[in-house]
Amino acid sequence: MRSHPLPSSSPGASSRIAASASHGIVRPPPVIEPARSTRELSTISVAPAAPVPVVVSRWTTGRLAIVAGVVLYLVVVLVLPLIALVVETVRAGFPAVVRALSAPDARFAMQQTLWLTLIAVVVNTVLGVAIALVLVRHRFPGRRLLDAVIDLSLAVSPVMIGLAFLLVLGREGWFGPALEALGGRVAFAFPGLVIATLFVTLPYTVREVANVLAEVGEEEEQVASTLGASAWRTFWKVTLPNIRRGVLLGITLTAARALGEFGAVLVLGGAINRKTETATTYIYGAIEERQVAGAYGMALLLGVVSMLLLLAIERFKDRSPDA
Amino acid sequence: MSRRPAVHPFSQRGALALRAVVLLYVAMLVLLPLAAVLREGVSEGIMGIWRVVSAPAARDAIWLSLWTAAVVTIINACFGTATAWVLQRYPLPGKRLLSTLVDVPFAIPTLVTGVMLVLLFGPTRPVGRWFELHGVTVLFAPPAIILALAFITVPFVVRAVEPVLAELDPTEEEAAATLGATPLRTFWRVIIPALTPAIASGSLQGFARALAEFGSIVVVSGNIPHRTLTGAVYVFSEVESGRPHAAAAASLVLLAAAVLATLGARAISRRTLVSDA
Repeated sequence: MRSHPLPSSSPGASSRIAASASHGIVRPPPVIEPARSTRELSTISVAPAAPVPVVVSRWTTGRLAIVAGVVLYLVVVLVLPLIALVVETVRAGFPAVVRALSAPDARFAMQQTLWLTLIAVVVNTVLGVAIALVLVRHRFPGRRLLDAVIDLSLAVSPVMIGLAFLLVLGREGWFGPALEALGGRVAFAFPGLVIATLFVTLPYTVREVANVLAEVGEEEEQVASTLGASAWRTFWKVTLPNIRRGVLLGITLTAARALGEFGAVLVLGGAINRKTETATTYIYGAIEERQVAGAYGMALLLGVVSMLLLLAIERFKDRSPDA
Repeated sequence: MSRRPAVHPFSQRGALALRAVVLLYVAMLVLLPLAAVLREGVSEGIMGIWRVVSAPAARDAIWLSLWTAAVVTIINACFGTATAWVLQRYPLPGKRLLSTLVDVPFAIPTLVTGVMLVLLFGPTRPVGRWFELHGVTVLFAPPAIILALAFITVPFVVRAVEPVLAELDPTEEEAAATLGATPLRTFWRVIIPALTPAIASGSLQGFARALAEFGSIVVVSGNIPHRTLTGAVYVFSEVESGRPHAAAAASLVLLAAAVLATLGARAISRRTLVSDA
């Protein structure tokens, strides 16, 4: 399988660590989950033969230095900025922050972001599962291309996504005149925000579900259909329970991305006050207008919600046995 | 992915309908708009693209994006590998917290990342003032861009290297140790070569991600043309000034670099899959 930002823990790892327990390394007994594919089965049956002290048992100066370096790097790059945001929001004053965030334009921006997140999660979960099924279970010319397009959508700059939809749906865009004739507006209106959010959140559910689908294999589905279950019934009774973890992980990643999208909704929406303002464009506007309490407060709010989603993401990721 | 012949439990007609819906959705949502950018970009010919990106402002912006992304890629290759190593090999208390920390950039909106860095390194804040006193301007200068990119690309190398490290055949390491190799020598001669494809793949993904970054940079870099205006922000300013051709041409060049990096990452990780099997 290709490497992926959020891979599930490898099937071989649990059995290796099981073997390492005999080398005097103190660790809780590994939980070996029931094997879900033949590949995993074979790994488990073979691995205990190899003596594997993969985890170090002794701290040397060099090892401590590596750990210190890694922790220091992550603290400087990731933790210090988080602390700065909390400290500065507190310094801006709690009443001021509450006042700013309960103002109508801030509340509108928050609502808009909630709606966008909800729509993106619903649409891209349903279609994401469908795309993953087609990618993993179907064989047809162009499958590789579909796979590549999904991967590439991650490499497109949000600004370019905004520009692209402007060229298609804007007033002078390909479908602009037609949309105008129909009386509908997409660019600089809510539908534009929806489309931009759908683009940026497309790959997450596809990737997570495709990984799980490939991992579980299709034997169970074949058994179900051999026993006479319809395709629909097989999906609901066999496939969906199997991919549940992938779907949940996809949903949380999609929500996190939708919540935080900025560049594409800024370009395609225009950040019009009380019309196409989202939580992120609100922050941007508040910075430009030097409304410190609103900007920091909204940033902290988004940060807190993202961290809660992160906790859900970590929960849904396959837990490694040493967790 | 399984390589068995195409047997799937879906009825033929249903499968075709599902495939049609999926392909239509992806084509409309991804390919059509990208085709529009391509068409706008080449509307004045290939030389039109060259004219845009060779103009000083665009050239400096694209160059700034490329070199800052490259610096961050090198940083990630080192610290990402070290982080994966620590997560996999050391019985560290609080490892779960460390692992969660690595995923923080996936959750935090990039604009919020930018705001955080402004609050940390602003000239009136304690940390920013300390750097200022020591003659280093962080905010509204390339260091801020590099810090922002370093924040958002932390997970890529770590998550690419971790599974490979977990599946590494330990007999080779043992053989090296038995033959008298020091741990450091074993690391360089045995482990690093085995990890190189994963490191390269993760680094390239991070590089592509860094090239595309907008939200965090637009608030920390100050966007001074020729000095701190990156490629993505240049594209933004061209869109806002009503110059779609320049915006499309510059974003095509940036996208081409990102696509090359992504395809490279795909090719590398696929090769490791084949040699694994």
